[in-house]
Parts: sequence; C-alpha cells; structure tokens
Amino acid sequence: MSPQPDEDGQAGQAGPAGQQPGLEGHPDDAVPPLPPRRRLGAWRRRHLGTDAEHATFRTLHTASLAAPALRAGLSRSSAEAAVRHLRALLDAPAMAVTDTAGLLAWDGAAYHHAQHVPAIVAATLEREGPRAFDRRDLRCTVRDCEIRSAVASPLVVEDRVVGTLVVFDVFAGAGLARTTEEVARWVSGQLELAELDSSRTRLMEAEVRALRAQISPHFIFNSLGAIASFVRTDPERARELLLEFADFTRYSFRKHGEFTTLAEELRSVEQYLLLEQARFGERLSVTLTIAPEVLPVAIPYLCLQPLVENAVRHGLEGQPEGGHIRISARDAGLDCVIEVDDDGAGEDPEHIARVLAGDHENDSVGMGNVDGRLRATYGEDFGLVVETARGAGTKVIVRVPKFAPGVLA
Amino acid sequence: MTAAVWPGAVGVALVVVTTLGIGSLGLRLSRTTSDFMVASRSVPAFTNAAAISGEYLSAASFLGAAGLLLTFGADMLWYPVGWTAGYLVMLALVAAPLRRSGAYTLPDFAEARLDSAQVRTICSVLVVAIGWLYLLPLFQGAGVTLGAALGLPTWVGPAGVASIVLVNVTGGGMRSITLVQAFQYWFKLTALLVPAMVMLAVWLDDGRPDAAALGRTDFPTDVLAWSDPLAAGGSQGLYLTYSLIAATFLGTMGLPHVVVRFYTNPDGRTARRSTLLVLTLLGLFYLIPPVYGALGRVYAPELAAAGESDLLVLLLPRLVVPGLGGDVLTGLVVAGAFAAFLSTSSGLAIAVAGVLGQDVTGRTWAGRRLGGVAAFRLGSVIAVVVPAAVALGEPSAGVATTVGLAFAMAASTFAPLLLLGIWWRPLTPAGAAAGLVTGGVGSGLAALVTLYLDGTAGWVGVLTARPALWSIPLATAVMVVVSLLTRQPEAPHVRRFMVRLHTPEALDLDRG
Repeated sequence: MSPQPDEDGQAGQAGPAGQQPGLEGHPDDAVPPLPPRRRLGAWRRRHLGTDAEHATFRTLHTASLAAPALRAGLSRSSAEAAVRHLRALLDAPAMAVTDTAGLLAWDGAAYHHAQHVPAIVAATLEREGPRAFDRRDLRCTVRDCEIRSAVASPLVVEDRVVGTLVVFDVFAGAGLARTTEEVARWVSGQLELAELDSSRTRLMEAEVRALRAQISPHFIFNSLGAIASFVRTDPERARELLLEFADFTRYSFRKHGEFTTLAEELRSVEQYLLLEQARFGERLSVTLTIAPEVLPVAIPYLCLQPLVENAVRHGLEGQPEGGHIRISARDAGLDCVIEVDDDGAGEDPEHIARVLAGDHENDSVGMGNVDGRLRATYGEDFGLVVETARGAGTKVIVRVPKFAPGVLA
Repeated sequence: MTAAVWPGAVGVALVVVTTLGIGSLGLRLSRTTSDFMVASRSVPAFTNAAAISGEYLSAASFLGAAGLLLTFGADMLWYPVGWTAGYLVMLALVAAPLRRSGAYTLPDFAEARLDSAQVRTICSVLVVAIGWLYLLPLFQGAGVTLGAALGLPTWVGPAGVASIVLVNVTGGGMRSITLVQAFQYWFKLTALLVPAMVMLAVWLDDGRPDAAALGRTDFPTDVLAWSDPLAAGGSQGLYLTYSLIAATFLGTMGLPHVVVRFYTNPDGRTARRSTLLVLTLLGLFYLIPPVYGALGRVYAPELAAAGESDLLVLLLPRLVVPGLGGDVLTGLVVAGAFAAFLSTSSGLAIAVAGVLGQDVTGRTWAGRRLGGVAAFRLGSVIAVVVPAAVALGEPSAGVATTVGLAFAMAASTFAPLLLLGIWWRPLTPAGAAAGLVTGGVGSGLAALVTLYLDGTAGWVGVLTARPALWSIPLATAVMVVVSLLTRQPEAPHVRRFMVRLHTPEALDLDRG
C-alpha cells in the first residue's frame, strides 16, 4: 500500500478484491459502462415490477456505482470516478465535487461555470450548510447557456467539512435543494467509511511500530550480555556478533516500507538466531530449509521474526536439554509456504484460537499481530495456520501469494 | 520398425522414474542445511538461465526443428533462430522491467500495470488458450514418438504423457525446483549432442558421402536448392518467412511458462544477465538440429517423402550407426525427447492449472468453494485432460507447425501488452482489453482454421497458417487507438509503477 493518505483506502480495497474473485466492487474507474449493457438493463427493468420498485432499484444501483470510488476517500481521482454517477442520481445538467479549496471534478455541460466554483465553495463553507445560488452569482456570457442557478451542500466527515457538492440547473427549486442535501449526506457517509478504512490502516502501522518497540528491551540486554561474555575469551566472535547485532537492529528499526523480501526477512531471522545461539549455546539448535526460488517473494515487514521469537521462547521453555527449531520456506505454485516449527512445550489450541481472534491480553501479541496483518494484506484466506497441542510442540504455517496487487518490496 | 525396442524403453523408463522420483522427493533437492546464511544465497543467474532453457526446449526444438530442416531445407533455420532471438527481444525490452514489476504470471502483470480486474480475466483466458494450443502438439508428438520408439499404438503416447504430467503436477515439486530444470537442459543437450558427434564421425569416416553416393537416387537430392534460403514460394514464401520471424521473435515473451521463471531472479539486473545466458545456451543447443537435418538428407531422405520427418532424430542414429552403438544412441535420443515432452508440458500445465485454480475452480460454485490446494488439483486435471482429449481425437499434425501457432497467439496478445505496458504510459485498461481480444480472436480463429480445415489453399491458407504478421500489428494498432480514444488523466499509480519498472534497484529511491 502506498503512503499517500488518499490512496490508502483504494489500495487496501484492491487487495481482497484481487484475491477473492467472488467479491464484486473492484474500483475500476477507467472503464466507462458500456451502452449495450444499459439497454439490456432497461429491458430487464421493464419486466422487473412496478414503477416504484423500478425507481428504487435504479437509484440504489446508481448509488452503488459511485460508492467504490468514494470509499477511497475524497481525492481528485475518486471524485472524477464518482461524479458522473452522482449526476445521474440527480439528473442535473452539470455537477461539481469540490474539496475545501476548489474544484476536484466536473461532470456535464457548461464547464465555463467552473470559474464560479471557488466563490460558491467559500460561501458554502462560511454558512456550513446547504445554500442556493442564482443568476447573479453565476454570471456568464456564453450563448445558449441555460444554467441559471446552483445548489451547494457541504460534505461533512466527523463534524468537519471536507468539501462540497455543487449542482447546477436551469431552476433550483426546493426539490433540488432537498435531494442535493440528501445526496451530500449519503456521500458524507461513504467518506466516513473511507476514513474508517484509513484509520484501520493507521492502526496496523501503529501495531508494527509497537512490534518494533517490543523486540527491544529484553533481547537487547540479553544479546549484549552474551556478546560481553565473549569479549575476553573470543574477541573475534564478539566482534562478529556485535556486527550482526548492529545489522539486526538496523533492519528492525528501519522507517520506510511496509513490505520486504523473504530473503531480507530471513536474513534478519538468521541474525536473531545467531545472537540467541550465542546466549543459549548448545541448547538451541536450528535447521533452515529454504527453497531459493521463493527468496524474492514480497512479504509484510517483520512477519516472520515474531513467530521465530515465539518459537525460541516456547521451544526452550522448561526444556533443560534444549530445543530444536525448524524453519522452512518452499515453493507451492502461485504461493509460497513458510513454516516455523519448534519441539517445545506446545500450547493449548483454545488459547491460540483466542490469540488469533484478536484477544490481546496474552503474551503472544506478536502472533495475533502477524495474523491480522497477513489477513489485511492478502485477504481472509491467508491467515496464520497453527498446529499445536500441549507437550507436542508448535508449528506455525504462513502461506503468502507470490504476487498480490499493491504488495511490492 | 523391426529393430529392438529395448533402448527406447529403457530410456523412457529412466526418465519417468527420475521425474516422478524427484517430484515426490520434492524439497530435498533444494539445499537442506543447518548452515546459516544460506537464505541470502539466491539462485545464480547461470543456474536460472539453464532452468529457463531446460523448460523452454520442448519437443518442437528437440524433434521438430530437425524434421523441418530435413523436409524444407535452410528456410526452416528461421525456427531455431527465432526461438533463440525471442530472448534477444526480451533481453532488450522486457526482462528487467518485468522482474521489477513483481509480477509472477502474465495476468499479474496486467493487473499490476492497469489495475483492472477485467483485463486480468482476459489475460487468464489467453493463458489457458495459449497453454492448451502449446500442449496439444506436445501430446500429439508424444504419441508419434512412443509409437516409433516403442512400437506402441499412437493413443498410448498422449494418454501416457498426460497421466505422468498430471501425477507430476498434482504431486507438486518437480517443476518448481530450479536445479531440476537446469539439469534438464544439460540432459537434453547431451542426448542430442553425443549422437550427433558420433554420427558426424561416422559420416567423415565414410568419406563424407552424399545421398547419391549411397545409392539413394530415388529421392531428389538437389543439395543447392535445398540449402538456399527463401528458395521457393514467391511472395507467399516471403510472407510465411517474415510471419514466422515475427511470431517467434515476439512470441517467447508471451509464453506463460517462460515468464514465471523470471520471478526467481533476485532483481532486474540478474534477470537481464540470465536472459543473456539463455541466449548463449539456446544458441549452443540449436547448433545441433541442423546437423541432424543435413545427415538425414544423406542417410534418410525417404522420411521426408513419407511425411515422418518428426521421427528423424529418433531413427537416424540406427540408420547411421549399426549394431549396439546405434541402440544405445537411440535410447539416449528417445530419453531426451521424452524429457523434452515432460518438462515443457509440466511447465505449461502448471501455468494453466494455476490460472484455472485461481480464476475458475477456486471460485464459489453452487455455494461451495474449494480450498487453494484442491482448486489447484482440479485445475490441473482440467488443464491436462482437455488438450490430451483433443490430441487423442486428432493425432496427427506437425509438432513445430502447431507450436508456431501457439507462438503466434502469444505474440499477438501478450507481446503488445508487455511492450506497450512497459514502454508506453498512455495505455488504458480499455485499450489493452480491446487489443488482447482482437489479437486473441484473430490468431485463435486462424489456429482453428489451420488445425481443422486443412487444405485451405492460396492466400487464405497462407494467412491463417502463419497469422502473426497481420495479427500482431492489428492487435497493437487496436490497443494504441482505443487507448488514445479512452485517454484519461494519468493515474498516480501508473506513474509510480513506471518509475518502479525503469529504475535500477541499486538506486536509492522511495518505491512505495
């Protein structure tokens, strides 16, 4: 997903729609509806029921066409995609969608009236409510121009005016004013949903930051302690470990990018395991089986490291003779399958199910977070799969598609 | 054929056992180690190049090219030249940007570039169509090969190869392992090169005879006419040649099983380097079929007249080298040919099955939805059974000719999409869709006419046998014109995507 706020919602929507072919509503601004389909629709509507049912259907259908674009938030591109459907809803000769500064998109005739839009927006914002404008506000010298009046209604998201909807017509009666207000209210509702989407994305980002912060304290103390113990006995090893430590922290605290490649994530995991091995020595043994074909796969940043950390913690817990951790990544057609497997104490499956369901009052915050981010990125089919039982070790399976729209390292 | 069938049988059995064995062992062949830092070692460009070549060299290259050279002479050198030069076009224009796009399959690229579900669907349909059009001659050719090498009835070949491919694909593993495919290249090269060397030695030892010297005066042996490029056919011959060049030069980039291999490269630079190495490896391989063609002209000219030129590679070693030596060499070429059938058809079947598993069998049907693995397995059954059934019903066609049609279709659909998608910013989803449909329908109809209404004479037959020269410009023109008609202000994601495609990874740049 992109860092620009006005793009976030759109990219987030494209993800699940691309993954689940059954979902409708992929925001496809660029293809205009084809005339033949309309004709077929008209034929079908004649056989659909009463005129009232008809009108309801048509209104809701037109509204649903505008909705996907608006769910991406208010921007030039979303306004351009939505405005023609909104105009169809009101059956007006011309319509404009604006933000608080000026015109975002225009649809219909009489584009020369776009010059009046800034003044209309300013007046509407001042009043913070719907307003009508007549020919004195819309002076024009163009011959045959029938536009004499306009109605503007503010778009309000969480008690804040973010833009306006301006409808131009020959005559602005009370009916037009009221429908404009209703349409503006509906658009505001969609924009609020978009706001919700983007705050969910922001929440995910905050969780990643929290995850980064979570890695630090214990691990840093323990690693530095382990490195210190080598300084006299094996200075060369201490030096190497210190460099690994520097690399590892640089990766964990990096600022930009939501995604990384599997190769980079695995390198960080290897550095982490090296440092843990320095601390635990023979007690911790590790096997890595990595198919080189899947190394370039793009995955969410820090989506393996927490799982490996869990495995180390659980794998060694209550096992004085030590534990074994197996990490494998293999190619599975369109997907890549990564497994993190420990032979430790295991866990109650009920408990894991609660963690994955989003219960944060556990010590396995990392797992729930990874699961949530995988689902948000690739769709509901791609959550974590955990195989575990008390005393039987734990195996966590991550399945990621090799390509998903918007996921690029 | 009265000669012993055991060499061929042993060769085929070995290939089948190895293929299925590796398929079931799966991951074990990829490096297993507890050694650290193995993860950062990605596939080297050379291994990947050998893997691309290994999967690319199909039976059309192994058997078909030599057969065509035997029958039609030096004109047909355009086949191997084109099959190789396709990678030159890829190297210059496609390889690095395609890798940087992050796309795994061709529909992925369309979706990433155009952000449109409709174009993705069209691309998926085309992947299935091209895959089937390519699988068909491979299954047909397998029938002919097994028939000749083992004396089996013709239907056994398609059925047998299809079942092995199916087991292999649903069992997973084999194809995805780069090392296995890389080995395939060296195996095919050896299987073709060693007999060629032995036969050349025998020919030199015989005092470099020509067919007349061996008493084969019953067949025309005008060597000069045979080795003269663009000899016969006038303007039609010229059209056929240029159309073949267009199809092979541009078709390679649109083959579904070729594109997925580029994903294994860590970055655009390595993608370019492996393409360059592929050019070298393919160039090396394609030096050999002309040797078979020329020696066949001397020792087995009757094959061309009998319309069995596809068998030349399999039959020639016995004709040249009598006795046990000939048997062993025959076993080697039969094994190589069979490996060629298996590797390419497995690659194609996986590509088609992936698309079917994602966009057809993975959908909700009657309220039920199959999971990922089950959908993929059902997809692979459909992907293999359909062309196998067609091959059983229509068992005869020149392998290289039908493969040429698959190349033409790829060249008239995905080549314009990739080239314009990478190098032309105004391309719109509507334009891409219109161009893909135009190119797909045009070349598809031509393929159907050629396969089912054979004997269409004159220019109609010529234009449908090699549609590339009209269908590529047509599809490209439609793409450009419709894109210009539906031109819209450039979406920000297109700008970002273009920056990502064309900037080297070493450049420090925010690509988000």
